[in-house]
Amino acid sequence: MAVTVKPQQIALAVSTDPMLPVPYRVLRVRRETSDTFTFEFGSVDGSRFPFAPGQFNMLYLFGVGEVPISISGDPERPEILVHTVRAVGTVTKSLCKLKPGDIIGVRGPFGSSWPVVEAAGDDIVIVAGGVGLAPLRPAIYHILNHRGEYGRVVLLYGARTPGDMLYKKELAEWRGRFDVQVEVTVDAAKPDEWRGNVGVVTTLIPRAHFDPHHVTALVCGPEIMMRFTILELQKRGLRDDQIYISMERNMKCAIGLCGHCQYGPNFICKDGPVFRFDTVKEIFGKREI
Amino acid sequence: MVGEQVLIERTDFQRLLDALHQRGYNVIGPTVHDGAIIYSEIASVEDLPIGWTDEHEAGRYRLKRRNDQALFGYVVGPYSWKKFLYPPVLSLWKAKKTGKSFEVVPNTDEPPQYAFIGVRSCELHAIFIQDRVFTNGKFTDPHYQARRQKIFIVAVNCVQAGGTCFCVSMKTGPKATVGFDLALTEIIDDQRHYFVVEVGTEKGAEILQKVPTKRAQPDDIQTAKERIAQAAQHMGRQLDTTNIKELLYRNLEHPRWDEVATRCLTCANCTMVCPTCFCTTVEDVTDLTGTEAERVRRWDSCFTLDFSYIHGGSVRASAKSRYRQWLTHKLASWIDQFGTSGCVGCGRCITWCPVGIDITEEVRAIRQSELNRTQ
Repeated sequence: MAVTVKPQQIALAVSTDPMLPVPYRVLRVRRETSDTFTFEFGSVDGSRFPFAPGQFNMLYLFGVGEVPISISGDPERPEILVHTVRAVGTVTKSLCKLKPGDIIGVRGPFGSSWPVVEAAGDDIVIVAGGVGLAPLRPAIYHILNHRGEYGRVVLLYGARTPGDMLYKKELAEWRGRFDVQVEVTVDAAKPDEWRGNVGVVTTLIPRAHFDPHHVTALVCGPEIMMRFTILELQKRGLRDDQIYISMERNMKCAIGLCGHCQYGPNFICKDGPVFRFDTVKEIFGKREI
Repeated sequence: MVGEQVLIERTDFQRLLDALHQRGYNVIGPTVHDGAIIYSEIASVEDLPIGWTDEHEAGRYRLKRRNDQALFGYVVGPYSWKKFLYPPVLSLWKAKKTGKSFEVVPNTDEPPQYAFIGVRSCELHAIFIQDRVFTNGKFTDPHYQARRQKIFIVAVNCVQAGGTCFCVSMKTGPKATVGFDLALTEIIDDQRHYFVVEVGTEKGAEILQKVPTKRAQPDDIQTAKERIAQAAQHMGRQLDTTNIKELLYRNLEHPRWDEVATRCLTCANCTMVCPTCFCTTVEDVTDLTGTEAERVRRWDSCFTLDFSYIHGGSVRASAKSRYRQWLTHKLASWIDQFGTSGCVGCGRCITWCPVGIDITEEVRAIRQSELNRTQ
């Protein structure tokens, strides 16, 4: 069985000058949606890329710029680095044009991780909205790789439309398993393109099967989606310290020195992006913090 | 020798500069430039702001002639020493295209070895604070560290306070107590102009061997003490720091933020002049051929709209939220992040605010409103 890499060990993997990008080659490209692509990268020098689920990298495109992107691959396959990128800005739009053989620069991995080791023994409920499924996928891989260590496992996923759903093939596979409850919903769909649930992802929470006293919730999506998800989870009886969220802010250095990603007293790049909800509840939801 | 106090006559002051130059230091000190006290390279004592002082008020700064020939008769100028330890523009690395791939070449330029002349106690504390930011966490900024390790610090104790000073409130002055190689107190009497010099380190003692010194008499030491004490009593501003973190954290939605936003121009001056503000951005550029790229780090400010931009818009779109971020970071969340306040009470942000917004006044307004509520 593969060894779980803890964040403390990962700190050693960061090169001595964490501001220097390391070249990685595009191995494969998969189109997820009209504007979102999943890339598999391999290091140019053949080195492996150990990381913990929930961590992110800074991806540099020669001369264009650099952006923080979550790692979305399997933590137990460190020979392949996987990122899912949505084309929303200058750098991500250029990233989405990458072809196999192209080279990018990678700095990382940075940040905190989903508590997949600590949550062993618990039920797990994963709630994802939109591209928020990408940073959660390494946690899903880990949990499924170690399925016996967890109680009930629930994945709730909401996308805007059926065309905006990520990882459709895998979602279908996971749905086919008897040991995972997978529920998917879309905000809106044309009558003939979707026969599944319609509504926001929070509507799936009341029918998720888990023991509220022994469950860990992993939540990632737009802030508004996370806010209402937390409310629904609280209605189900979860305490704030059972809920984990992943936050997003502007980032330039990813090592807690540039100041951009401050979120109250936290630097999202080093104290986050994954936070236990009770540690940020005083500022979460406050406007323009 | 460390811990001892000696005297240097004004007429011998040049010898101190010479000794530092001889040791290969790039000597930086106060000069008069563009109507302000600016820290820049100095060759001789004549480059110092002899006979000048500065007047500080909210949104107002003027140089004025003194009626003596003091070398350090001013308070602080717009720039702080962070300009040298943490340059406003710095190349982090260059990259060269090599076929499909590229090669990254880090900037390994040997940084200059600086001697700082005239570091105020508040500024010394600002350096201690930036030490914590850049070298005391999980990651270290190698560029800051390389510059910081080599500096020689000649502190100058304040014998007069500026109109916007509040180092006494922040417990950062006016006397330099640690972290210097030499600390001077300038004394001008009817007959004499001299410096009482406290030796802080062996390095400081070594430099002094090249400078004519006398033993400081108890009277001299007493005079220096009294002058510093006088400065402490004439602080232009005060800031009550009692439970200030909790005060600000529980008032994130206080109406005062809306009020200050009607005055704040979000010009970022306060963050540029602040000796502890450390935010930067990076710019990725290429040459015209597209084969060479560079990453440049620049000072940035939480007052710009770009600072908090993520796809879809800026997190802090309003002036209110940006002023609140700056002030609560400086005085509250900084404590959580680095175990110290981010403010040293130098008063620069008050002096150099074009509309005269006063950090001490803003905190007082919030504190006062709570008191009014409970009365």
